[in-house]
Amino acid sequence: MLLEPTSDQEFFRENTAKFLSDQVPPGEIRRLRDDPDGFDADYWRRGAELGWTSLLVDEAHGGGSLSGQGLIDLTLVAYEFGRHAAPGPLLSTNVVASALSRAGGEEHGTVLDAVLAGTSTASWCFQERLAGLTAGALEIRVEGDELVLSGEKRPVEHAAQAAHLLVTGRSGDGATQVLVPAGTPGLTIRPMHTVDLARRFSIVRLDAVRVPLDAVVGTPGQAAEQVEHQVQTALVILCAETVGTMQRAFDMTVEWAFDRYSFGRPLASYQELKHRFADMKSWLEAGHAVADAAALAVESRAPEANELVSVAKAFVGQYGGELIQDCVQIHGGIGVTFDHDLHLFLRRATLDRALMGTPAEHRQRIAADLAPQEDR
Amino acid sequence: MAADNIEDPEAFRQRARSWIRSNLELMDRSVLAAALGGGASEETELAGIRREREIQRMFFDAGFAGICMPREYGGQGLTPAHQRAFNEELAGYEFPHRLQAPNFSPCAAVILDFGTEEQKRRHIPAILKGEELWMQLLSEPGGGSDVAAAQTTAVRDGDEWVLNGSKIWTTGAWWSDWGLCLARTNWDVPKHRGLTVFIFPLHREGVDVHRIEMLNGSKEFCQEFLTDLRVPDTDRVGEVDEGWTVGVRWMFHERMLYNSPLVTLPPGARFTPGSGSPADVARDAGVLADSHVRDLIGEARVLDIAGRELQQRIAQGVRSGRISDQGAAIARLFGGVAGARTRTIEFEIAGAMGGAWTDDDGAAAGLGVDFLMRQAACIGGGTTEMARNVISERVLGMPRERSSDRDVPFREVPRGPSAGARSR
Repeated sequence: MLLEPTSDQEFFRENTAKFLSDQVPPGEIRRLRDDPDGFDADYWRRGAELGWTSLLVDEAHGGGSLSGQGLIDLTLVAYEFGRHAAPGPLLSTNVVASALSRAGGEEHGTVLDAVLAGTSTASWCFQERLAGLTAGALEIRVEGDELVLSGEKRPVEHAAQAAHLLVTGRSGDGATQVLVPAGTPGLTIRPMHTVDLARRFSIVRLDAVRVPLDAVVGTPGQAAEQVEHQVQTALVILCAETVGTMQRAFDMTVEWAFDRYSFGRPLASYQELKHRFADMKSWLEAGHAVADAAALAVESRAPEANELVSVAKAFVGQYGGELIQDCVQIHGGIGVTFDHDLHLFLRRATLDRALMGTPAEHRQRIAADLAPQEDR
Repeated sequence: MAADNIEDPEAFRQRARSWIRSNLELMDRSVLAAALGGGASEETELAGIRREREIQRMFFDAGFAGICMPREYGGQGLTPAHQRAFNEELAGYEFPHRLQAPNFSPCAAVILDFGTEEQKRRHIPAILKGEELWMQLLSEPGGGSDVAAAQTTAVRDGDEWVLNGSKIWTTGAWWSDWGLCLARTNWDVPKHRGLTVFIFPLHREGVDVHRIEMLNGSKEFCQEFLTDLRVPDTDRVGEVDEGWTVGVRWMFHERMLYNSPLVTLPPGARFTPGSGSPADVARDAGVLADSHVRDLIGEARVLDIAGRELQQRIAQGVRSGRISDQGAAIARLFGGVAGARTRTIEFEIAGAMGGAWTDDDGAAAGLGVDFLMRQAACIGGGTTEMARNVISERVLGMPRERSSDRDVPFREVPRGPSAGARSR
């Protein structure tokens, strides 16, 4: 997280932190395991009032940032979501709101208003099996004054709770994005299992789903750049959230090391453990540093943004997981019980590691940019 | 010019760019690699040092030496942002890489922090002009990590001190001019309270410099034997017996090396071996298409960039006070572990060329030797184990390790049979 936030940013972050501590303490997160939606509509609306949904949206469209760098501001929220393993479709609503603000037409104004107000949510249908971080195989055809969508997206965050789905697919060689209202004929949403207690995921299937031409966001076949920006934005949010989970698990475990005595002395006095804490601290600080660097690069449209988001995702994905698993190890048996809080952060970090490209996939992406294979 | 009379960093960058392009040669990576890896002859190496002194003098004359050093000592009095701009513009060009560490940091940095006015006026401009090259005489044969257990002894004799003992792991002492030395001035107080820092020229009576051959053939490291070396009291840095105050700051500057605003280091340049990136190694080894190799290329890049961003974060935090000085150990630990891992990655990618190679194998040649030297990344500049102690104890506040030398006169501290001569 930002090493030196402005006082506005600090106030904003603290507001969100306090709200999350009050509204979704660990006991509430545990309870959400059995809640089909995973979050409460009123909770989300109040979060929107705190600014969770508006940071990537142009002021002219009712949004606005604190610092003039909306994505950086949003990383503060995502970080606190990680630190609290908080419920809610933070990634998907922000990506969709940003897309509608940047590329959407007049027709999308009311949808955007509702997403901004938190009175409804929107979901982004992007990933497919074996499609990497591309627009995928889902086909979007123009037929007269209609668009016809066919294909399958998975996993889609909070699709079943969303009023609208932003579907990314391909039209020939180009990428196209379409805003599809929930309940459109041909659309089926099948819930999936997930490691997280509060986030919900679905398979979204579109069987010749027909929507009017003005449902397109941007121009048919020409959405590649916009999709790339959404991918970068999503990765920045996931990395900031993961760093939040790392920070919380680390803080909990440091505290535990001081409180827990074995053989008459605190765990924190054993050099073997002290040295592991030192390693974890170096991963944690590097995670903060690389996640912030990625956010800044995307926000400022720097040429190295693509590489930095992959570096950040590969780093926090790998080391975040290692760090929290080591925290579990240092806790011992209690660290793998449902009653203890540690697994809430392990779950969120594990989920985030798997979404939008694993560390290994991002290492391949980095290598592809560094060393294109000319002869293949 | 800004209101406070400091040149705008962007204007400075433009000025630096045009000066660099019209005055410096492009960096020959193979020369740099040979110098760092120990493959160069003595003559080549001395010629290299001469050229580096020359470039340093050119920096000085053009107003690019000591960018963050005070103006009264010949520096430019500018900010880390200016140094960063200069570093970035320098990428790909020759620069005085052997004059950076420990010459500017920690040596010049320590003189700036603790030197007398006279010492600063005499030495800082000379360092900035490339006339004086400094080395640190810190480690001793009897102990590496336990720096405060120095046994090199200084005894007062009127206005002079007489030094006896031995220092080790001084990089390039054979071609350097001056040394910064931590010595024991009192054996009857606990170890941290009986140390004093001195400076002296390295090539004079009483100083015997021996070159140590490393397993890769490099002879950059030296050991010095001090025999009845007489140093005037005016060449003492800091108070008598207060050397540890200087030493703590000294080691802080050492850990900050890569991100010290006093050091000129273009992004991507390193003080470690390797003439090419892992992708270059893969290309020259003919394994670029291998998916496992590409994973390793990606991993090395991730570590490289994460390390760079971490360095910047720690440096920024230390400057603003958000992170304690001890936080420098975090970057040191990460850099060491990542460096060692990267040597392994390069060796792995080289395949059989890692074990046997020819001079035609390009970036894949010689990586087996770098692998043999892998742990140097975790040893030099303070071991990673010491960094882990500092992080856990000084940053996270965990209990200190038990030690048998606290609150005991240094004379009575147990020393093993390998520690050399006992106290006199």
